[in-house]
Amino acid sequence: MIAIGNPGNAQAITRAATVKGRSLWVDARRRLFRNRAAMASIILLALIALMAVFAPLLSQYAYDQIDYDVVTCAPTWWPQEGVCNAGGTHWLGTDAVGRDLFVRILYGARVSLAVGLVATLVSLLIGVLYGATAGYLGGRIDNLMMRIVDILYSLPFIFFVIILMVLFNRSFFLLFVAIGAVEWLTMARIVRGQTLSIKHKEFVEAARAGGVGGWGIILRHIIPNVVGPVVVYVTLTVPSVILTESFLSFLGMGIQEPLTSWGVLISDGANQMETAPWLLVFPALFMAVTLFCFNFIGDGLRDAFDPKDR
Amino acid sequence: MIGYALRRFLTAIPTLFVIVTLTFFMMRAAPGGPFDGARSLPPDIEKNVEAAYNLDKPVLVQYGIYLGNLLHGDLGPSFRTKDFTVAQLIGIGLPVSIRLGLSAMTLALLLGVSLGIWAALRQNSWVDHGVMAVAMIGVTIPTFITAPILTLIFGVYGLHLFGQDISLPVGGWNGGALRNMILPVTVLALFQIAVIARIVRGGMIEVLRSNYIRTARAKGLTEARIVIGHALRPALLPLVSYLGPAIAQILTGSLIVEEIFGLPGIGRYFVQAALNRDYTLMMGVVICYATLIIVLNFIADMVYGLLDPRVRLN
Repeated sequence: MIAIGNPGNAQAITRAATVKGRSLWVDARRRLFRNRAAMASIILLALIALMAVFAPLLSQYAYDQIDYDVVTCAPTWWPQEGVCNAGGTHWLGTDAVGRDLFVRILYGARVSLAVGLVATLVSLLIGVLYGATAGYLGGRIDNLMMRIVDILYSLPFIFFVIILMVLFNRSFFLLFVAIGAVEWLTMARIVRGQTLSIKHKEFVEAARAGGVGGWGIILRHIIPNVVGPVVVYVTLTVPSVILTESFLSFLGMGIQEPLTSWGVLISDGANQMETAPWLLVFPALFMAVTLFCFNFIGDGLRDAFDPKDR
Repeated sequence: MIGYALRRFLTAIPTLFVIVTLTFFMMRAAPGGPFDGARSLPPDIEKNVEAAYNLDKPVLVQYGIYLGNLLHGDLGPSFRTKDFTVAQLIGIGLPVSIRLGLSAMTLALLLGVSLGIWAALRQNSWVDHGVMAVAMIGVTIPTFITAPILTLIFGVYGLHLFGQDISLPVGGWNGGALRNMILPVTVLALFQIAVIARIVRGGMIEVLRSNYIRTARAKGLTEARIVIGHALRPALLPLVSYLGPAIAQILTGSLIVEEIFGLPGIGRYFVQAALNRDYTLMMGVVICYATLIIVLNFIADMVYGLLDPRVRLN
């Protein structure tokens, strides 16, 4: 306690004011920066993303450039005997029509990461709004809305995504929407739970007393305060979306030629693995590394936001 | 308990109804029909064909007919595989899928539980770290990567032990021979082994810290009796609630595994039907899968209630 009227304390007060308080965010960031696995993953992932964005600049080949002189050729340094050599500029070899594998993997990364981000955004938008609304309104409406989520949960959703993709001719746009529409359920549950605990806090009551309407409170006061768990879940949703997309592409129901995605490349590679294992190994490696990165980042963020959970 | 079981059973019916309705109308909303092949039929014959499959009637009437038939267990004829009804095709494929899924689940439970317990008993040792690192890999890497990679290692490059070639076949069912089952079952089980090991390790560590375990230790019981007799049952409880999702994941995983290894199960039928627009077969398989998931989830919940009397099922 600082007694008023004591001149020595005036200094203490100004000193206290210059020591900045650590917010939840600063705290979380410090903990995240100290997590070595998470930081390494962030750097690695950023590298892959940059390579994907600047793919056309990184190689002299176009992703759909066919060259029948180097059909199914291994990279120069490939240890296997008796396979054709792609030459020094095809760093990871070539596929069955002589397209450069390295460039195709990077273009696959573009598709996979783009689907991951966009579908996650779709699921974020639906899930957060739905969950916050249900939690804020409460009562019978909440009950009804969450019961719908329960029923949707028990549907074998991947089958519906497959049916949708097949029936509507595999449009790129639909892929985003379909996957996003599947992934929002868990998000809605998380946000609802958080909202239930936040809506009785004083600052919400203050806002209500100040005459802010229901939507205003949800958008301005509730959603910004559920960000922590949502961010953690988002980092886990992105890889699961990438997986779903690759799963569909692997089965031949996702991205179509000449565009490609990691699922397509792995599927093609699996078909030729006896003669050309590099077509399977490299795409699988890229995908595995990316998935690991997201996992470590997700774990790191969870520890950062919720240290008692360690 | 019985009341809860009844209520759960009654909610399963609307869920199934929603699934049937959704799939039916999605099929009908789709552009293109099952008979737009490369060769178009003469108009008269097309009319006859459509009449034979009731495709000329209004959609709502078709829906009514389908529901009525479904109640009698009739899933209709396959649009593409001539001379077969959907029920016949599922009858051929289902035993394969079930055998695959059950074997994978058994393997996953056996290995996952033992690995989890082992890691928990040696907490923070190299055993623990090793098991958890492998589990991390198993959780992260999807089936469609592990399947071809393992096939490449054990099937294509092959296994040679004491001069004997014991490579595994890269595909085919071969009447369900053990050699043909090893790779698909392992691939399907890998993810579950990893998840189950994590869950069991977590549960076990928590239980081993509780007071009644300390009492058991103080009584001088052997470590084996403490673990098996006292700690195991409560440590496995979190696992039981995971069984529902696990079953669903194994069923979806079987789509990939059956496709990669060329096994004649219903997952493969589903993929083929989807690529061929075989509406009735697709619906039949979806309904079959949905029923399986719902029924098995129901059983898992019931088992949970039986194992843990503290759970109030309402």
